[in-house]
Order: sequence, then C-alpha cells, then structure tokens
Amino acid sequence: MNTYLILFLIIWLGGWWINMKISNHKDANLPRFIVPTLFGIVILLMWELAVIGLQINPILLPAPSAIALKFSRSLDILWIDFVQTLVKGALSGYILGCGAAFLTAIAIDKFNFLKRGLLPLGNFISALPIVGMAPIFVMWFGFDWQSKCAIVVVMVYFPMLVNSVQGLELIDPSRQDLMRTYSASYTQTLIKLRLPSALPFIFNGLKICSTLALIGAIVAEFFGSPIKGMGFRISSEVGRFALDMVWAEIFVAAIAGCLFYGLIALIEKRTTFWHPSQQK
Amino acid sequence: MISVSDVNLTFETNDGPVNALKNVSMEVNEGDFVSFIGPSGCGKTTLLRVIAALETPTEGRVTVNNMTPDEARKARQYGYVFQAAGLYPWRTVSGNIKLPLEIMGYSTSEKEDRTRKVIDLVELNGFEKKFPWQLSGGMQQRASIARALAFDANILLMDEPFGALDEIVRDRLNGELLNLWARTRKTICFVTHSIPEAVFLSTKIVVMSPRPGRITDIIESPLPKKRDLNIRDSREFIKIAQRVREGLKAGQTEDVF
Repeated sequence: MNTYLILFLIIWLGGWWINMKISNHKDANLPRFIVPTLFGIVILLMWELAVIGLQINPILLPAPSAIALKFSRSLDILWIDFVQTLVKGALSGYILGCGAAFLTAIAIDKFNFLKRGLLPLGNFISALPIVGMAPIFVMWFGFDWQSKCAIVVVMVYFPMLVNSVQGLELIDPSRQDLMRTYSASYTQTLIKLRLPSALPFIFNGLKICSTLALIGAIVAEFFGSPIKGMGFRISSEVGRFALDMVWAEIFVAAIAGCLFYGLIALIEKRTTFWHPSQQK
Repeated sequence: MISVSDVNLTFETNDGPVNALKNVSMEVNEGDFVSFIGPSGCGKTTLLRVIAALETPTEGRVTVNNMTPDEARKARQYGYVFQAAGLYPWRTVSGNIKLPLEIMGYSTSEKEDRTRKVIDLVELNGFEKKFPWQLSGGMQQRASIARALAFDANILLMDEPFGALDEIVRDRLNGELLNLWARTRKTICFVTHSIPEAVFLSTKIVVMSPRPGRITDIIESPLPKKRDLNIRDSREFIKIAQRVREGLKAGQTEDVF
C-alpha cells in the first residue's frame, strides 16, 4: 500500500464526513453551495491521487493537474475552437432552429390544418439520424460552421416546436373568455395572454435544446470540418494519443454548456416568476 | 335592457346531445340586479354566457340594448367577473386592471386615472403593486371586480364571484357590491347557488332547474333598493327566501318522475 492510496482513503472518508456534517446543518442556505463545491474538490483530489498512486497510463486517464496544465497552455487554441464550434456552429443553429420552431408553433396555432401536416413532418425530421445527416449537410453547406449550424437546426427544431405548441394550447378557458368579452383582437390575445402563459413551456424547450445544440455542433465536426473546432480537435488529438487535450476540450464544453443552461434558467426565473413551478 | 326569448341551447357531447337551456325567456331592465340561482347543471352559467356572447343559442332570440349579444360584446358593453378571479398571474393588481384599458386603447393618463378610481372603489389601496397570488381570495375577487369596472361597460356579468369564499368575507363583499351597484348604476347579472346571497342582493331572482336547464320561477323582490345585512332577519326577506326554496324544490320533484 503506497502513501498516495492511504491519502486517497483519508481524503475520501474525510470529505464524506465533512459533507455529512454540513448537509445536516440547521441553516439550509449554507449546504447549497458548499456541499457541491466540496464534493467536486474531493473528487478531483481522489482522481489525482488514484492516477499517481496506481500509475495509470495517461492515455487511459490523465491526472487533473495534467489536464489543467494542458488547458492553461492551450488557451489560444481552445478559444479558437470554442468560437468555431460553440459560437458559430451551436449558437447560430440554436437561435435559427428555436426561432423557426417558435414561429412554426404560432402558425400551427393560428391555422389548425397545419398541425396535422407540420407536426408529423417535424417528428420525421427529428427522427433522422445525425450521423447520417452530418456528411450530407457537409456536402450541401461546406466544411465550415454553416453545415454544423444546419445540423443543430435539425436537432433543436422538433423539441422546441412540440413544447411551444403545447404551451400555446394550454390556456385557462376563463382567461381566454375574458379576452373575448373585451373584444380583443387575435394579436392582442396572443401578446397579452397566450405568449405569457406559454412561457414556462417555451423555456422548457429552450433548456432541452441548449444541450442538444452543444452535442450536435461537436459531433457534426467528426464528419468534416476546417482544421479548427472542438469536434475536429477531439477526433484529431485522440489519433495522436494526446488525451489531455481531449479532456481540456471536454472541460470547455461542460463549462460552456452549464453556463448557457444557467443563463436560460436565470431568464426563465425572471420572466415566469408567477408560475407555481417557480414559487416555493 | 336585456331580453331573452324562447332560447334553447343544446350541446353536442360524446354521450349525445345535452339540453342545457330549454325555452328560457326573461328580461333584465336597466339598473336591475338580477340573480340566477339553481343547482349545478341548471344552465345558470350557460345563460350568463349566452348573454355575454360566449355561447350561441341553438334557437331563440337574445337582445342587449337592441343589439345582438355579439354586437354588444364588440361595443364593449360587458364587464365579466369569473368564478376563479381569472386574474393574470404575471400582472400586478393595477396591471390586471389596466389590461382591458390597454386593449381598448385608452391613453396612458386615462389608464392611470381610471385605475386609481376603481382601486379606491373596491378599497384595494396599497395593494396596486401586489401580484394576484400574493392576495387573499376575497381581495382577488375585489381586484377582478375593479377590472370589470375600469372601462365603461354598462352590464356587469358575475359568475359565482364569491363562491369560493368563506361566509364572513362573502357577507362583507355582498354589502360592498350593493354599495358599488348603487354608486355606479350598472345593470348586474349575478350567478349564485346561495339563497341568502340571491335574496339579499337582487331586485329580481331567476330560479332555475336542471335536466333540461329551465326557469321555474321569476321573483320580483319587494325589498327596498337600499338595504343592509340586517334585512336578512325581516319577514319579507324570509318570505322571498322561502319562495326561492320552493322554486328549487319544484324543479327537483319534477326531476324524480
């Protein structure tokens, strides 16, 4: 038994014990931030010690310190990849796809016959396998971010459509009748009643799509891309056994995904504060 | 003036047609306070909705100030107060009151003026910035009434507005409603299933029965227009209440046979 593994056990049990203590603390706000942070630190320390103590091959699992070192030395490349994949590919596709789905939902809501045609079509599009569509889109839209944007549009369109349609359908009948007694126009009813009450559903769609967009943009790059981008970097660095760089890219994707999701959740909280799901 | 003559309304449901209103005829004069009372399923809410042009009768004629209900709706004659307040939870109390004013295109200063006036009227001062879900049930109903009074609707249609409230709050709001009615001189149609509430508030009581929904009695109240809660112990009050009860019972026995 080497010292690293003994340290591993001490940190594991110690971290466990401290977290138990904090979780049972009277003040409920304290554990909310400290427990997950502490948990993360303990996991990282255990990972580091296990890799050193068991002498794990860095191709199988690099130590967190090695990943951090690689991360700090490749900030320029990581930034270029981030802009290429997440800003140009994922974000543009997300905005286009969610926007198009939202407008389709309003059209479906206004003209009922569209519902029978467009919803099954949307369902069909969402069932298309991404690994099959990606090479075709690369041929259609070129190697650069435009083809990744197209993939993301296809991926996010249907979940966003279904959620928006559902939100627009679920209206409290007496609130709708009220608008009728005011003799309100279609647009007035849409803006003052239906869109606000559909917001919780719309945000559900936006949250689901935020992670889909990330995955779609990265995976799409496996099927052809210029010599930059997170998906390109991951596949090429795996080929060179530079797994620390792959982990650094994964780290960037995870952080970006969490921040993006958090931002949407924050806007949701601000705009749907009135909904029972947002109240304690 | 509202006039309903020989109205029939049949809903087509999956279990076959349901006769919601059968041969319903009645009149509401300007400035009247008319209550519709009866057990659930008697069509009292449906009748109110027919007057508001939220339902279309299968047969018969309804006129509201010499217009069809739909024309009256488009002329913004109706203030409708729903059972479950029907306030928009994303708007504050004053935001809710401004809703009809926004839709009808009032100027900003007039919106403010009218909002302040009706908030005074229903005594919700200090609660303008609260959201509906931060208020008690009674306050929500008051906000809902204020919203219906904010624009110049001649006719106030109220569908069991105090149905979900406890008796103490309901008594107080009934008294306030009578004051409001006296001050605004609106015509009020009021749906309820409480006999004391109907007798206390109304100048005319329409007693209804279910299956098919129909009118069994129309009672013109001899009580004075100005009244307070003590009137409920008077002999006239008890006599009217008795007649309402008999009307309701008559509807039931017919149902058995």
